[in-house]
Amino acid sequence: MSAEIAIRHARGNFTLDVAFTAASGGVTALFGPSGAGKTSIVHALAGLMRPAEGRIVLEGRIVLDTKAGIFVPPEKRRIGLVFQDARLFPHMSVEKNLLFGWRRSPVRAGADQIARTVALLGLEKLLARAPRHLSGGEKSRVALGRALLASPDILLLDEPLASLDAARRAEIMPWLERLRDIARTPIFYVSHSLDEVARLADRVVLLDEGRMTAQGSVFDLLAGLGAQKPLGAVLAARIVGTQDGLCVLGFDGGELLGAHAGEIGQQVRVRIGADDILIAREAPRAISANNILPVTIRAVRLAGPRAEVEMRCGGARLVARITAASVQRLQLAAGVAAFAVIKSVIVEG
Amino acid sequence: MRFLDPDEIEALLLSLKIASVAVAVAMPFAIATALLLSRSFRGKTILDGIVQLPLVLPPVAMGFLLLMIFGTRGGLGAFLKDHFGIVLVFRWTGAVLASAIFTFPFQVRSIRLALEARDKGLDEAARSLGAGWFDRLVHVTLPLALPGLVAGAITAFAGALGEFGAIITFVSNIPGETRTLPLAIYTALQTPGGEAQAARLSALSILLAFLFLLGAQAIMRRTSEKSER
Repeated sequence: MSAEIAIRHARGNFTLDVAFTAASGGVTALFGPSGAGKTSIVHALAGLMRPAEGRIVLEGRIVLDTKAGIFVPPEKRRIGLVFQDARLFPHMSVEKNLLFGWRRSPVRAGADQIARTVALLGLEKLLARAPRHLSGGEKSRVALGRALLASPDILLLDEPLASLDAARRAEIMPWLERLRDIARTPIFYVSHSLDEVARLADRVVLLDEGRMTAQGSVFDLLAGLGAQKPLGAVLAARIVGTQDGLCVLGFDGGELLGAHAGEIGQQVRVRIGADDILIAREAPRAISANNILPVTIRAVRLAGPRAEVEMRCGGARLVARITAASVQRLQLAAGVAAFAVIKSVIVEG
Repeated sequence: MRFLDPDEIEALLLSLKIASVAVAVAMPFAIATALLLSRSFRGKTILDGIVQLPLVLPPVAMGFLLLMIFGTRGGLGAFLKDHFGIVLVFRWTGAVLASAIFTFPFQVRSIRLALEARDKGLDEAARSLGAGWFDRLVHVTLPLALPGLVAGAITAFAGALGEFGAIITFVSNIPGETRTLPLAIYTALQTPGGEAQAARLSALSILLAFLFLLGAQAIMRRTSEKSER
């Protein structure tokens, strides 16, 4: 099962023209700057926008085929949509909001599912409240629960964190991660935040100006992306032990030391900034950095005084941002063996 | 000393009955019309004009027109009488029809404002949760437009209490059947020595109208506060 999307739609001087297939299960991020067409794709998937041309197949059901004249209206698509602005019904309590889609679902989940969802999102104490008495983060959680309880075939999260401040975002992120880890429903996650995508997504569809520019695994695609603070690597790791108050993280390519205090055996995601990776031709000794990984250089891209160096360490892809002068001095080129010296890693559960 | 004599109480109760039934009967049509007018379509300006027409129409002329249409000697009136046994002329139900027509624009305007001010995003949310058109209307759109509905109903009710020209032309001035407050005032003035009665009934009418106006304003205020939150 999967989602197959091919749409063409022109509005004003903006043309959306994308075609991609997203495998089921896990989180597919639609990532790109504002105006890239992310929300238009979500609206087309949900049926809130009718593309001029296209075909959308969700979990084996054709919901749009302009050639065959098929257009399934949004209320029949069984898509759980979470909007940026929560959109809770103001005249209903949290509980009634949660049950709105549940009551109308053709495959209504059992009553135990309600209790499970309420517990999953920590909504027990909010049930009797009116939406206007909820904080931004609480509203997002209720909106998420409401969409989940409709038992959708696909969950679409349209920048669910964009309207929240950093503290609220940090508060809701763990709930989203829990959801990702237990949901069997495929999730589309729309975002223009590299951090959110690196933390949540399994696959990424990169969008720019209405077109898809790349798609692939989050671990392969994200390194090197980002203008201000580019990402150097996103790694899937497991906590394998502790050492001197730090934890040892095993990944496909070796081990790293990180500051996260998690349980041994826990799966975590590690992010490294492209500016936090140094490159050495010989293994440095007597150095403060804890993490030194043997790597093979795959490509060097020069951009003015700066350079991006792409490396492989086992199955992991790393990108370092250094100066063009260093590239010349160290004679870095594809195929050269080197060491990546990593100053700091960000570990998230 | 009693403030009102039995005839006056009868006129008051009749007025309240006719006005409330008129508002209730017109409301579903007003909702449908407001829903239609809150979206864009070809001929919207014409429909809007027709809906507003009673505001500028001379009531006596309208009453005469109703008499022509619903008189039992011919036309629609004869058809209704022969097939359904419905007679409107010289009956309180006829007064209901005349009042409903004249207060229809008040209801439509108020409901339409509420509908146009609503958050269309909630409609999309309800759709994505599997709610069809009628379901959304009943469970999302109308509950959220409720203050507009109530305000419109109150304004229309107050307006219906004052209807005179169309009622007296269409259904005449029959005590206990069609003699509402305004008609009772008129009748009192036609009676020698009836000035005191006319004054009492006028004061009563003004008081009622003022109370309903206050009520409508209070509801409108609450609505605008809610939408600001």
